[in-house]
Amino acid sequence: MAAHIAEKKGTFLEEVIEATPGGERLVHCIQCGSCGGSCPSGAEMQYTPRTLIAMIGANDRDAVLAANTMWACVSCYFCTSRCPQNIPITDIIYTLKRMSIAEKRYHDTDAPALAKTFTDFVDRYGRSFEFGLATGYHLLKRPISMMKMGPMGLQMFTRGRMALRPTKIRQIEQLQAIINKAKELSAK
Amino acid sequence: MKYAYYPGCSLERNAAAYDHSVREVADLLGIRLQEIDDWNCCGATEYFSRNELAACAVIARNLALVEPQTDQLVAPCAACYLNLIKTDKLMVDHPEFGKEVNQCLAAGGLKYEPGRVTVRHMLDVIVDDIGETAVRDKVVRPLAGLRVAPYYGCQVVRPISNNDNPEYPMKMDHLLKWLGAEVVDYPVKAHCCGGHMTQISEPQAFELIRRLLQNAQDYVADMIVCMCPMCQLNLDGYQSRVNGFFGTEFKLPIMYFTQMLGIAFGIDPQKLGFGKEIVTAMPVLEAKLGGQPV
Ligand code: SF4
Ligand code: SF4
Repeated sequence: MAAHIAEKKGTFLEEVIEATPGGERLVHCIQCGSCGGSCPSGAEMQYTPRTLIAMIGANDRDAVLAANTMWACVSCYFCTSRCPQNIPITDIIYTLKRMSIAEKRYHDTDAPALAKTFTDFVDRYGRSFEFGLATGYHLLKRPISMMKMGPMGLQMFTRGRMALRPTKIRQIEQLQAIINKAKELSAK
Repeated sequence: MKYAYYPGCSLERNAAAYDHSVREVADLLGIRLQEIDDWNCCGATEYFSRNELAACAVIARNLALVEPQTDQLVAPCAACYLNLIKTDKLMVDHPEFGKEVNQCLAAGGLKYEPGRVTVRHMLDVIVDDIGETAVRDKVVRPLAGLRVAPYYGCQVVRPISNNDNPEYPMKMDHLLKWLGAEVVDYPVKAHCCGGHMTQISEPQAFELIRRLLQNAQDYVADMIVCMCPMCQLNLDGYQSRVNGFFGTEFKLPIMYFTQMLGIAFGIDPQKLGFGKEIVTAMPVLEAKLGGQPV
C-alpha cells in the first residue's frame, strides 16, 4: 500500500503530509492497528486512527474531514508512542482538526468553539482565563451545562482557585505582532 | 543551580497550590527559579487545533525570553512542558519551519536559536539533578504509612522521552519512596485524565476520570499524587460530579507531588497550598501521619 500511495501527487495524502512536520512517515503505515487498539477514545470514534489513516491513503477527503475522530481525541499520545512505524499520529490529528475547522466541516462538537474562545483570550490578553472560558464558552454554547457546573464553580471560588478577570501581559502588543505575523505567513 | 521558570496560566490561580509548593520546595533544595518576565500562555492544546505556526510562535516567545544566563527551563504543567519542548524540537528538526517561527518572533523584536534552551519538567529536575541523597537528607517528617498512587498522566512521559518509561514510568514512584511513603502499584498511572474533554463531552471525560479513581481505590491508595494542573482539576474538581454520574462514592484527595515533598520536608502546609483541594486531604493526613499538625 505504502508504495503506491506515495506516488500520488496533489492528493489529500500529499496535502496532509505537507501540513504536518514529520508527516512524510504516513506512507509507512502498515495498518497494524496498534494506534486504534491503544486509543482511550476509540469507542467514541466513528473511525479509529488506523482507519482514518487508511482513508487518508484512499484520498477520502470529505469523510475524513467530517469525521468525529479528531474531536474525540484527548491528545494522550499513546498511538504516537506505540506506532511501530514512528508516525506522528496525534500531530496528524491536529492537522485534520485545523483543516476541518478552516473548512467548517465539523459537526456535533463544541471542540472548535472551545478552541476559538481559548485562543481569542490568548490573542487579547496573552493569558488564558478559566472563568471566561467557563462562562463565555458555556453560555454561548450550552447554558444548561454551565448551570450544572454551578456548585463546582462556587467551590473553586471559595478556595481562591478561580479569578474573576483575566491577567494581561505587559507586552501584549509584542505578542499580538508575533501572532499577526504568524497568521499572515500561514495564510499564504 | 539556576533555572528559568515558566509557571503557566493554571499555576496563577487554579493550581496556585502547585506554584507555591514548587517554589517552597525549590528553595529548600537550592534550586534557584527565575520566573520568565512577562511570559505568555502556551496555548494549551487549543492553539494547535487552529494554527500551528501561530501556536509555535506564541510558545517560542517564552523560549526567546529565557535570560542568557541559563539554558535550563522548568515547567511544572504537563501541557506547557510538552508545548515548550515540542516547539523547540520542531524548530530543530525542521529548520525551514524554525525560520518561519523566527520570522514571526522578529515581528516582535525577538529571536530564538533552536536548541538553545533545554525544557525540563519539575519532577525531572528534582529526581535527576538533585537526586536521592539530597532529597532524603531533607526529610524530617517521613510519609510512613501513607499509601499513595503516583499519577503521571500523558504529556510528560509521551511522546518525547524524559528518560522514563512512557508506558509505566517510575520516577515519581522513586521520589515518593525517598519520602518514606508506601507507593502502590498503579497500572493506569500514565493513562489520560481526559484533558479538556470535560468541556466538550462529559460522559467521555467522566469515564476516563472514573477509571483513574477506581484503580487507585482498588489498590487501597489514601490519595493520588499528580504532576499536572489539568489532571488535578479533572480528578479533584470533577470528583463529586463523577460520583453523581456513576453513583460511586470516591473520596480521594488529589495532591501535587511538590506538596507531598513539602510536607515531608516539614514546610508549613499553609505555604504549600493545602486546603485548596476540593476533596480535603486533612483527615487522611492526620490519620496516617500520626496526628501531625497538617
Ligand atoms: S500504529 Fe502506526 S503503523 Fe500501525 S496502524 Fe497505526 S499508524 Fe499505522
Ligand atoms: S492521542 Fe488521540 S488518537 Fe491517539 S491514542 Fe490518544 S486519544 Fe487516541
